[in-house]
Amino acid sequence: MALSTSILLVIALAPLVGCLLAGFLGKQIGRAGAHSVTILGLLISCGLSFYVLYQLVWGGAANYDQNLYTWFEIGKFNASVGFMVDRLTAMMMVVVTFVSLLVHVYTIGYMHDDPGYQRFFSYISLFTFSMLMLVMANNFLQLFFGWEAVGLVSYLLIGFWYKRPTAIFANLKAFLVNRVGDFGFLLGIAAVLTFLGTLDYATAFAAAPTLVGKTLAITQNVQWDAATVICVLLFIGAMGKSAQVPLHVWLPDSMEGPTPISALIHAATMVTAGIFMVARMSPLFELSQSALSFVMVIGATGALFTGLIGIVQNDIKRVIAYSTLSQLGYMTVALGVSAYAGAVFHLMTHAFFKALLFLGAGSVIIAMHHEQDMRYMGGLRKYMPITWITMWIGSLALVAIPFTSGFYSKDAIIEAVGESHRWGAAYAYFCVMAGAFVTATYTFRQMYLTFHGKERFTVVHDHGHGHHVEHMDDHGHHEQGIMHETPKESPWVVTLPLVLLAIPSLLVGFFTVKPMLFGGWFGSAIRVNGANDVLGEMGHEFHGALAMALHGFWSLPFGLVVLAFAITTYIYLFNTSVADKLKNALNPFYQMLNHKYWFDAVYYVLFARGGVKLGRLFWKAGDAAVIDGVMIDGTTAMTRRLASGMRRLQSGYLYQYAFAMIIGLILLLGGYWLFGPMLAAQ
Amino acid sequence: MFNHLLSLLIWLPIVGAVPVLLAGAARPNVARWLALLFMVLTFVVSLFLLPQYDATQGGMQLVESHLWIASLNVHYGLAVDGISVALILLTTIVGILVVIGAWEVIQNKTHQYMAAMLVLEGLMIGVFCATDALLFYVFFEAMLIPMFILIGIWGGPRRVYATLKFFIYTFLGSIFMLIALLYLYHKAGTFDLRTLAALPLTFTEQAWIFFAFLLAFAIKVPMVPVHTWLPDAHVEAPTGGSVVLAAVMLKVGTYGMLRFILPIVPDAGAHFTWVVVLLSLVAIVYIGYVALVQEDMKKLVAYSSVAHMGFVTLGIFIAFMLARELGDVDTARLGMQGAMVQMISHGFVSGAMFTCIGVMYDRLHTRLIKDYGGLINVMPWFGFFYVLFAMANCGLPGTSGFVGEFMVILASFKASPWIALFAAFTLIIGAGYTLWLVKRVLWGEIHNPHVAEMKDISGRETLVLGAFAALVLALGIWPEPLIHLMDSSVTQLVQQLAIHKI
Repeated sequence: MALSTSILLVIALAPLVGCLLAGFLGKQIGRAGAHSVTILGLLISCGLSFYVLYQLVWGGAANYDQNLYTWFEIGKFNASVGFMVDRLTAMMMVVVTFVSLLVHVYTIGYMHDDPGYQRFFSYISLFTFSMLMLVMANNFLQLFFGWEAVGLVSYLLIGFWYKRPTAIFANLKAFLVNRVGDFGFLLGIAAVLTFLGTLDYATAFAAAPTLVGKTLAITQNVQWDAATVICVLLFIGAMGKSAQVPLHVWLPDSMEGPTPISALIHAATMVTAGIFMVARMSPLFELSQSALSFVMVIGATGALFTGLIGIVQNDIKRVIAYSTLSQLGYMTVALGVSAYAGAVFHLMTHAFFKALLFLGAGSVIIAMHHEQDMRYMGGLRKYMPITWITMWIGSLALVAIPFTSGFYSKDAIIEAVGESHRWGAAYAYFCVMAGAFVTATYTFRQMYLTFHGKERFTVVHDHGHGHHVEHMDDHGHHEQGIMHETPKESPWVVTLPLVLLAIPSLLVGFFTVKPMLFGGWFGSAIRVNGANDVLGEMGHEFHGALAMALHGFWSLPFGLVVLAFAITTYIYLFNTSVADKLKNALNPFYQMLNHKYWFDAVYYVLFARGGVKLGRLFWKAGDAAVIDGVMIDGTTAMTRRLASGMRRLQSGYLYQYAFAMIIGLILLLGGYWLFGPMLAAQ
Repeated sequence: MFNHLLSLLIWLPIVGAVPVLLAGAARPNVARWLALLFMVLTFVVSLFLLPQYDATQGGMQLVESHLWIASLNVHYGLAVDGISVALILLTTIVGILVVIGAWEVIQNKTHQYMAAMLVLEGLMIGVFCATDALLFYVFFEAMLIPMFILIGIWGGPRRVYATLKFFIYTFLGSIFMLIALLYLYHKAGTFDLRTLAALPLTFTEQAWIFFAFLLAFAIKVPMVPVHTWLPDAHVEAPTGGSVVLAAVMLKVGTYGMLRFILPIVPDAGAHFTWVVVLLSLVAIVYIGYVALVQEDMKKLVAYSSVAHMGFVTLGIFIAFMLARELGDVDTARLGMQGAMVQMISHGFVSGAMFTCIGVMYDRLHTRLIKDYGGLINVMPWFGFFYVLFAMANCGLPGTSGFVGEFMVILASFKASPWIALFAAFTLIIGAGYTLWLVKRVLWGEIHNPHVAEMKDISGRETLVLGAFAALVLALGIWPEPLIHLMDSSVTQLVQQLAIHKI
């Protein structure tokens, strides 16, 4: 039984139809119409995605790989639009459409008062379409299309509140930093075409072994290994999209966008596109140990060091954003040690619990009337129990408490890094291990600051104004720490998605760890060379999900989590002054974290300011001074001088003409007398 | 009719200019409708090219040839291949949109404006059809006159400086081309391009002729460092003039390279490829930075045009490296096709960008970026189009702007990863200048009270921008029909440049 092309088309296009209807006919169909059509599109898409997954896993359907239409055909080169659907794709489709569906529902509540309601639904449906095109692609061209299209929607959504200067700064920054990654990515695709002669996945992967021994001439004497060049270039693309150090700077700023998209785009799906891409390209990456080492070191650095920044953040969304950076680092490390399945597994569990955390944070933000600073929260648990409990579930999964989904995926990654003998693995192991402590620290701190301890806001009831704080100008228009009404639990459209995400955050790992990590579930979608197969090694020690979880209680990462729990509990529940004392005692360290290692500042001076300076120099010195000034106007001026000089000869005075004639005559005759015989002799 | 299809295409708009002129200043509406009628007619006639031209066969088709000046053996020779057909369609489509775009905007001497546009259109079509070098030269030069008038009469305050600069710049280049043509005529006794292509020339001859042609066409494209006339011309030109200039006239330069440099002096072309490749990369990177700091929107888009045309010249000349040095004909075709698609795409995208600026200018009478800001608050539909074209301008996949750049970068990696590296830099710098422009114009709070009074686009403006948008998207989503139309012609060109003449 084969997968049907029509079903796949409907999956991809249903969200697009919803997007177009909500976007172009938003006024006509109204708010309810806009959310109805887009949610209907997502329901269709999500339902069919589950059906496709079912068919592939239990229905015995073969993998699907077909072109839909030819994009261009030139000689031996062919570029098409088409789908490749195997278990890796199907899993991504389910994750994307499921989280997207819940985010659509959640948006009804979150964006309730926003004037851009229809536009928002249109954007998130467009995002879903783009993301599906990305994961369902069967070739590099379409991959790049989806890659850039999700970038566009991300740009539009970060700048959704386009009046805010910070938002429109953040979206430009996000697009440009991503473009730096895409720059590498596009060159990677060009390298694939150059060496493998095709843009089609299946053909390229089949030809991948021919890369061995091939080199690329960088200069006349320097040759680089072709596979390494291809993989590093492609990975630069992933570094942009999946926010890896040093291209991570855009993700924290992307929190300027509305919270639903932080959950959907900047946590659960788009930012994991890079992880998915590398996993998809496993047949290529397996050819280069150097490229994989590079991937691993970059990922490990991000996993630890961006997590550290999360500890000093006060904005509830920023904590989760840095947590996302750190978790993306974990996924990347897994890719780097050839544990692609582990990376994708963590991608899936992370999508659930991180979307949950973001949506939970959004629920808190609604309750706090768009206050995002945790220093003005505290004690919220009694006002919003569902948000409180579900966020704890997400947090436990994030810190990898045994039996939660996060435990299975993260613990497997830490262990896989420990098993790896790749260059740099020791460093990576230290990073992911220390990262476990860091993760627990910022997570517990966030939970305590938000839901526990004393209330750090006062409720002032005044019925005159201030009830409807518009989203568009919620920053700076109200006094911090002053609430005009008691915080309350969010409506069901907000809490229902929280509950529906809490379930997989808790359970999905337990049921899927065995097939996904150790059972060869992905089949031919992920290829690992025998010598690199750390998950295979670990599989020998695996005795079921229950045993793994029980063993987890005695492992070092869990010990670190307990330690972090003890410390944060003491500080934030019992002795809050310690936090400030620590901050002062470790001031240089705190400053470093607070300034995010100065990446933003340096980039701004170097690239933004520097770029403008360079442009001005080129313009003024090059175009204006040299070309127009010297070449053009210089020529004009010279012509004019020459002309006025010549004009002086035409003085009109007879004696001058006569004199000139005499001189001329003398010169001519003299010349003839001197040179005439010589010329005649020739 | 089909025997004279090309003549009809050239002369229909030119003859049509007569009744438009006769409508007079007193009846501007008659002039408008007549102009539109002739533009639409020309477009309809140009559509007949598609069934008439056999794309699978390639070669010059729909040939017309009459002796024109017997004593010099000059022919009125016309024919088209796939590339010409694509460019003619671009011209006729843009022609219609320009007339609609100028509908209410041009109030002064409307009939003359419309007539100039019609004449310009006929002459541009002539350039794309001519198979006789002297006929080409005549069209090439004659084209300057209506454009000179368009900028000189309906232009901005510094229009005199701009027109002079524009005219003398291009004329200077043409002189060199004329000298080269006279030399070739002296050797071959004809101006027929096919005969000239078969003419054996020594390397020294080829080198001189190459640089003469290169100068003439490089100014037209324009390439660095002879590009400075373009920003001035654009800034002073009326919207319609800018649209035609960017969308079609610049392509005459690269088209000339295809018809003159490639077939006539292939060995010199191959030898000096590095010159053009280097200048193209300079256009992409250096001009990208210059575009970044422009304060005038039109200047910014003009510089962006120079950078985008850099991909056309890069694609054409990279084909030399690939076909000659590496013997890789398929990749050479990829690069050349990329250049061709980029020509058409840039026609639509730059035309659309200049139309957008025109829409803003008509409301606020300023082109300075700092006078705008927060337009999206009052002009959401305009914002939609503006963002779409901005994305096309920075080469987002799904828009036409991506297709050509993608193909050229793919092909150039094969020639040298370094060339691809610098070419791909456009991804960053192109997005930089385009989206920074969008940020300053479209997003943010309104700080200029006059912006708050701006009205969203009218039905007429929506029609023009919508047509551009449809073309940009269609070409981006499914470029194969266009590529198929040009494929056999491109293949022939690539085969031609691989032939050694010495």
